[in-house]
Amino acid sequence: MSQMFKRPAVKLAVLCLLLPLLVLLAALLHGADGHAVDLDAVLAGLSLAHPLGCDALGRDVLARLAEGLTLSLGVGLVVVGIGAFLGIGIGITAGWFGGRVDSLLMRLADIVLSFPGILLAIALAAMLGPGVDKLVLALVAVGWVGFARLSRAQVLSLKATPFVDAAVACGSGTVYIGIRHLLPNIAAPLLVEASFGLAAVIIGEAGLSFLGIGVQPPDASLGTMIREGTSLMLVSPLLVVWPGVVLFMLVMAVNLLGDALRDRLDVRGDVRGAGNA
Amino acid sequence: MLMRLILYRLLQAIPTLLGVATLVFLMLHLVPGDPVDALLGEMALPADREALRHALHLDAPLWTQYLQFMAGLVSGDWGQSLIDQRPVLSLIAERLPATVRLAGASLLLAVLLAFPLGFWAARHAGKRQDMTAMGFSLLGVSIPNFWLGPMLMLLFSVLLGWLPVSGMDQPGSIILPAITLGTALAAVLSRMARSSWLEAMSSDAIRTARAMGVGDTMLWWRHAGRMAAIPVLTMFALQLGAVLGGAVITETVFDWPGLGLLTIEAIQQRNYPLVQGCVLLIASFYVLANLTADVLAMMLDPRQRRA
Repeated sequence: MSQMFKRPAVKLAVLCLLLPLLVLLAALLHGADGHAVDLDAVLAGLSLAHPLGCDALGRDVLARLAEGLTLSLGVGLVVVGIGAFLGIGIGITAGWFGGRVDSLLMRLADIVLSFPGILLAIALAAMLGPGVDKLVLALVAVGWVGFARLSRAQVLSLKATPFVDAAVACGSGTVYIGIRHLLPNIAAPLLVEASFGLAAVIIGEAGLSFLGIGVQPPDASLGTMIREGTSLMLVSPLLVVWPGVVLFMLVMAVNLLGDALRDRLDVRGDVRGAGNA
Repeated sequence: MLMRLILYRLLQAIPTLLGVATLVFLMLHLVPGDPVDALLGEMALPADREALRHALHLDAPLWTQYLQFMAGLVSGDWGQSLIDQRPVLSLIAERLPATVRLAGASLLLAVLLAFPLGFWAARHAGKRQDMTAMGFSLLGVSIPNFWLGPMLMLLFSVLLGWLPVSGMDQPGSIILPAITLGTALAAVLSRMARSSWLEAMSSDAIRTARAMGVGDTMLWWRHAGRMAAIPVLTMFALQLGAVLGGAVITETVFDWPGLGLLTIEAIQQRNYPLVQGCVLLIASFYVLANLTADVLAMMLDPRQRRA
């Protein structure tokens, strides 16, 4: 692990993480309420009271940035967590049992993959209606597929190995083999998939919120902040700069860590990059 | 042999398209509660309710609805817009040319950037030039369209005043949207070009050619270039579909009146049949692009025909 920090990608990732961390820390120390409307401070510039100024309703931008950032990370981790849990479960099941179970599950995966990822998430979130829970549901519905296909492919090649045969011969149960023997052996590529998946989900959440079908006002998301900032670009250009820079740094850091993990764990193959949002 | 393989692959796309259509059909039933309530509100008159329910075919059993939906898709009746009762297909047809223009421009830009960048990076693999090129590529992948767009707008339209802010009417208005949409594509393609060029250069065929005295330029462009082009072209065909997904966001940023903006407008108006039509069309394009990628790979690389 100590060797990992010597890699330039990891150094750069740590550098990229500095800004989001600084925003979180500063907001914590500053302690302003991102929901408090102050009509005297509408579009206020940078000051001690509001280090990054205020938005169109006089709400503190720094506090909202921190809220949006926490939400991005939260949604990202929850979606990747649930997606990985479901996807790996489905993938191992399909790979292990083969036959009809396999073809049914993989057809399902094929159908999900027949949509550009962001479009399916947009359509599902639009139909389900606004709200963070619906947003998470829509992103999970798209996100499990990568994990499922990857773990299925890995399990297929592990199935033929002697140690798995031995486990079966010893009479180990299917679930036990799956957790004790298969999962540890496929963990490396899955970890890489998870890190790129996290970047894609963070962009996806912000993108959906940008389009107005994710997080709803008055809650702050980096995506909604970018949208609000875009409409005020002529008056107060910094409002669109801040949330974007923070989002970009976060995604960049996650992507760099993914790259470093892939090199370190020597994973090759069809692990996707971030979504094309 | 090749024709049979291509035909087989074409036939494989049919169940996929059926699956896509089924998922799009089921989407309407994801609307929580009753879509009619969602559209008209709780206070609507019963007669209006029934009329809308009938227009959406929600008064029939699910199976009948499904068969009606599928039969409609095949016969060119994709339903009607709930806002102005116009056929969904003609609304889509009006907006399609704008999206094709935008997608074409961004793909062209991506290719023009990606090949030289990928080549440059491969040529200087491991050196500073490589790091620079791949740094740009990482930047391009990590920067979301919905922020790159506003930033370009801020710089070139607001601060410098060189280019129009949004819309499609003024000359030069396609430039910023095309850059926005093309950047991520260029990033992905140049990474692909770099790695496949490097892979080609380390192949036995190239070593043999070099041993036989083929010059460096010839080696890089003629021999390795042809080998590297296959995965890049395949990736390009895949991007043909992905670009339409990205267009949804880019068109919204720039108010570009294409299919993507139509989708978002339809979502905002809860115009469910139109949402279904747009999503179905974009996904079908995507499936066809994947198909093209497969067929292209089979045609260019005989080794792929075995699988």
